[in-house]
Amino acid sequence: MKIAVPIKFVPDLVEELNIDSSGAALDTSWLRLIINEFDDHAIEQAILLKERGGAEVTIICAEGDGVDDILFNAAAKGADQLVKLMGSDAAMMNSHATARVLADFFKEIQPDLILTGVQAHNDLDGSVGALLAEYLGMPYVGYVAGVTAASGSVIARKEYPGGIIGEMEVKLPAVLGIQAAEQPPRYVAYSKINQVSKTVKIEERAISDLDSSGGATVGRMFKPEPAQRAEIIEGSPEEVADRMVGIFKELGVM
Amino acid sequence: MSQDIFVLIEHLRGQVADISYIMLAAARTLASSSGGQVAAVLLGKDAQKLAGNLAADKVLYADSPALTEFTSEAYQLTLAKLIEEQSPRAVLFGHTTIGADVAGWLSGKLSLPLVSSCVNFTSDGKFLSQTCGGKIMAEGDLPSPTILVTMIPGGYKSEQGQAAQASAIESFTPPALDNLRVALKKYIEPEAGDVDISKSPFLIAVGRGIQNKDNLDLPNELAAAINGTVCASRPVVDQGWLPTSRLVGKSGKRVKPKIYLALGISGAPEHVEGINESDVIVAVNTDANAPIFNVAKYGTTLDLLDLVPQLTEKVKQAKGG
Ligand SMILES: Cc1cc2nc3c(=O)[nH]c(=O)nc-3n(C[C@H](O)[C@H](O)[C@H](O)COP(=O)(O)OP(=O)(O)OC[C@H]3O[C@@H](n4cnc5c(N)ncnc54)[C@H](O)[C@@H]3O)c2cc1C
Ligand SMILES: Nc1ncnc2c1ncn2[C@@H]1O[C@H](COP(=O)(O)O)[C@@H](O)[C@H]1O
Repeated sequence: MKIAVPIKFVPDLVEELNIDSSGAALDTSWLRLIINEFDDHAIEQAILLKERGGAEVTIICAEGDGVDDILFNAAAKGADQLVKLMGSDAAMMNSHATARVLADFFKEIQPDLILTGVQAHNDLDGSVGALLAEYLGMPYVGYVAGVTAASGSVIARKEYPGGIIGEMEVKLPAVLGIQAAEQPPRYVAYSKINQVSKTVKIEERAISDLDSSGGATVGRMFKPEPAQRAEIIEGSPEEVADRMVGIFKELGVM
Repeated sequence: MSQDIFVLIEHLRGQVADISYIMLAAARTLASSSGGQVAAVLLGKDAQKLAGNLAADKVLYADSPALTEFTSEAYQLTLAKLIEEQSPRAVLFGHTTIGADVAGWLSGKLSLPLVSSCVNFTSDGKFLSQTCGGKIMAEGDLPSPTILVTMIPGGYKSEQGQAAQASAIESFTPPALDNLRVALKKYIEPEAGDVDISKSPFLIAVGRGIQNKDNLDLPNELAAAINGTVCASRPVVDQGWLPTSRLVGKSGKRVKPKIYLALGISGAPEHVEGINESDVIVAVNTDANAPIFNVAKYGTTLDLLDLVPQLTEKVKQAKGG
């Protein structure tokens, strides 16, 4: 089985985010980007499928700072092929453009199974997985936590609220949006990544003519001005703990 | 082409999901600016009874064995036909395990623009969406003629989308739904946990800020001292540090305790969805800009690893003396 995992880099939400001078986009000049957490799960799920039944795993992402490290990290876990899309203009790469670019590539390499992250937190024109499936004429199932290979199909464990799982049989080729792998993404030692980076090559693929039509257009971005803001309790841990105990007593839970 | 606002009614195993009512309330706002009607779109098998309390001007209903339970492909094909034939002004979907499987696909299939994670529509018909885990809001126009929108809760009350009387049902014929490539095999019930977190009046919730499994001793000791229950955000559960039965939020449980003490939780929309009916939220987070402080009543930016042992100590003292 041939499995492809497209991965995306997103702003680290622990950092402070700012709006740029256009007023309609994030200021990317100081932005620290990290791999979308669900993509880490998608990679893990692909590797698990490979370990259980054999597979050839391809990881694809757009060029950018720190991208090579993440690709080598995936190779150290067991990915076979690493591909970097060159010339991807971040400003044009909305979900629709991305899905078109990826679809072109997948038409060439013809994977049986494409695992995307269920979603990323920073775009507003829908998830690439569902779009990609439509462009490729494949079925799509998202919110998946756990995949088992069967003959000509996979069983995807689709999550519903409250912990209910719907077991979906999905005919291949197919696209699944991964919410969580069956186990937490594995850790690989730096030495192993370093070693892999000397033997595995990253293939570069030029892209052009981005078509971002179909996406939503944002007129304005701003930081939310909440109706309420928490009263911040100042002081040392001891002082804050004292005040909190006071609050718990007032509320009658102690 | 019409100015109507369609709402995809989500239901699972015979129960209409809350987001459906929230969307009907949102659709009412949009319809009053567009001048159209609100149509609830219901897909199912012998599911007319689910239309009983939908606050809509009409219910568009498709009946087929293939629509008995949700599967992405059967929903996609049925909705593509309906939207193509009727060209409504907007179609609202939940930003959920159901809506997200179909909205994106339809955007590609019908070449219609899509806006996701919308919380609110302004009175002049703009969308307001949450992005970057709730840290940034985005506003924009809803392009004509038809826009697809996925919605998250927070902007409208579900009661506003519920009616005392049923509205008229208009049936429509789904396309041929055979040779489908996605089939529901079965539902699997969640494992019963040792405790039901939705029953505890004092919840101590741990997020990624707890850093490792060993540190869970801290909230556990606090919970024992104050007779509370430990629950968690998704990353903690995905790491396997706590069982799924302790998960709070969109994919876990919705809780309404007297106190929700959030330790090292950022307050992502998917988490907040599960806690916004709590009486009082107290947040401990080193990031003063964390969205959790927008829903908390009290907060501190102290390191949870410093605060929690002190808190446990003070609780013990207060109880002892
Ligand atoms: C479809 C879908 C469904 C989801 N369902 C759920 C769900 O049901 N429940 C859920 O919780 N999430 C859910 N999520 C995930 C959600 O988007 C967030 O990723 C998640 O809630 C983040 O968890 P967190 O706040 O623990 O971690 P983070 O967002 O990483 O936040 C950790 C916080 O801890 C703070 N911190 C770090 N160290 C310390 C310290 N020493 N002391 C104090 N504070 C510290 C940081 O400032 C940060 O704000 C879902 C996501 C998707 C896409
Ligand atoms: N620029 C990109 N490059 C590669 N994969 C992407 C890109 N954007 C989105 N994806 C994939 O689509 C998933 C959903 O992202 P999004 O559509 O941005 O919510 C991600 O988790 C990735 O698997």
